[in-house]
Amino acid sequence: MSVLVYTESWDGNFRKSTFEAASYACETAKILGTEVIAISLGEVSNDELNKLGNYGVNKVVSFNAIDKGDSQSATKAIAKIANDSSVLIFSNTNTAKMIAPRLSAKLKAGIVSNVITLSESVSPLKVKRQAFSSKAIELATVNSSIAILAIAPNSFKLIETGGNCNIEQDSTNEKGAINIIGKETASGKISISEAEIVVSAGRGLKGPENWGMIEELAELLGAATACSKPVSDIGWRPHGEHVGQTGKAVAADLYFAIGISGAIQHLAGINSSKVIVAINTDPEAPFFKAADYGIVGDAFEVVPKIIEEIKQLRG
Amino acid sequence: MNIVVCISSVPDTTSKINFTENNTKFDSSGIQFVINPNDEFGLTKAMVLKETNGGTLKVITVGDVSTEPIIRKTLAIGADSAVRINKTATDSYTTALEIANYLKDNPADLIIAGKESLDYNGGAVPAMIAEMLDLPFVNACNGLEITGDTAKVSREIDGGKENLSANLPLVIGGQKGLVEESELRIPNMRGIMQARSKPLQVIEASSAEDLTTSISFEKPIEKGACKLVDADNVSELVNLLHNEAKVI
Repeated sequence: MSVLVYTESWDGNFRKSTFEAASYACETAKILGTEVIAISLGEVSNDELNKLGNYGVNKVVSFNAIDKGDSQSATKAIAKIANDSSVLIFSNTNTAKMIAPRLSAKLKAGIVSNVITLSESVSPLKVKRQAFSSKAIELATVNSSIAILAIAPNSFKLIETGGNCNIEQDSTNEKGAINIIGKETASGKISISEAEIVVSAGRGLKGPENWGMIEELAELLGAATACSKPVSDIGWRPHGEHVGQTGKAVAADLYFAIGISGAIQHLAGINSSKVIVAINTDPEAPFFKAADYGIVGDAFEVVPKIIEEIKQLRG
Repeated sequence: MNIVVCISSVPDTTSKINFTENNTKFDSSGIQFVINPNDEFGLTKAMVLKETNGGTLKVITVGDVSTEPIIRKTLAIGADSAVRINKTATDSYTTALEIANYLKDNPADLIIAGKESLDYNGGAVPAMIAEMLDLPFVNACNGLEITGDTAKVSREIDGGKENLSANLPLVIGGQKGLVEESELRIPNMRGIMQARSKPLQVIEASSAEDLTTSISFEKPIEKGACKLVDADNVSELVNLLHNEAKVI
């Protein structure tokens, strides 16, 4: 009864959230005294697949002809080997959320998403998850013999075990009723949901032409850039940067909120971040109640100084 | 084209989240319930599609009688009819199963659900419905065009979007982008009057057993007070982030 982990790759490269899921699967397998089998969908090189060994994966089954965007055939392929597993681990990405619940329905295996800790017990399986937009933590139990857990990004640290894994190619060629035409991505962008640091700015910046310093600070820190809802609504920044209730969720180690007042809908998307810094001219801005550190001041003066200070710190 | 929109009734975002019965139940006293925002995008999109392509628009929810004001609101916004499956939703699987069972007997061409509800944030029901009906599924859908029997869709992925196409029937996990927030429909007086006489069918739930059970809730540890640093002393902020918080 192995632990199965779904690994997500884009353009042949695994995401950080994949290695988090592998680490989580490895820790779960230790508790159960079993091995970790990974599932990869689409074309991924052996070198890349072997990286999973470094996070405790013993074996990877690579379904090289199956596209992860086709959740019908992905589900069929995974289900064939999932019956020998007791726990299936997913990272909670938009794509995984197409496949994991389908497997849950197909295998009648209870699913718990937004998981933030290792299981408190394995028989029955009990685990903590985020609920109510991170305003509560729920302890949930799975009643079925197979459990599916989807791990919240950035909630579980990578654990390098320094090993190799066996690679098994499976060229099962299934097609569901969906055609994947292609993707449009802004290349080189750091993903907001996986980023360790996010630099986010709002209407306090007064116009899209003033985002240079935000991008500079983000680049300096290896951070993703994000924005508030009004800013994406007016079109100053792309919709993909909108963070909050109806936008993306952020669980960063460090979140900069620059010129964002801190509406409750925005806070709902960022409150699982570990350290929050608010910079705002208005001392009454609600963000100061949600922040760990704050500066009451003008972003146009403060942000360039932060950039200078960090440059000095880095020598 | 027959469209079904799955609706969830959720606490308004500004609600204080509390628990009762020794932290095992959500405390709904004094809570304002709203249509789940992700479902609202789907509902407005469904109305636009119906206006363009003709057909019917039905909403469906799994919930007890307390969800009826929300259902009436969707009828006031413009749905033609509603179905309520009489069961408190406690688990993604049984919630999806009730909806899928209904749709097996009453097929739809397009099924739109919100990508997740803002209460339990499970995000599992739409994909489960698709699996139970063996239909294609697109999650986090932020673009949908229908021509004849064919749907062109886009879904949000990290750093961009993926474009797909499928023949109907199709299941969608919707979000912002299906329509913009400024396009969301709200009930007008005529709609509110009409909603009173639109059909709202109540169906008893099956006795399927939950695959997961909620045991208890806790609140996250509250943050301490915000440490304010003087605007003339930015080096202190960087120092705190480096030496105290150890995040840079």
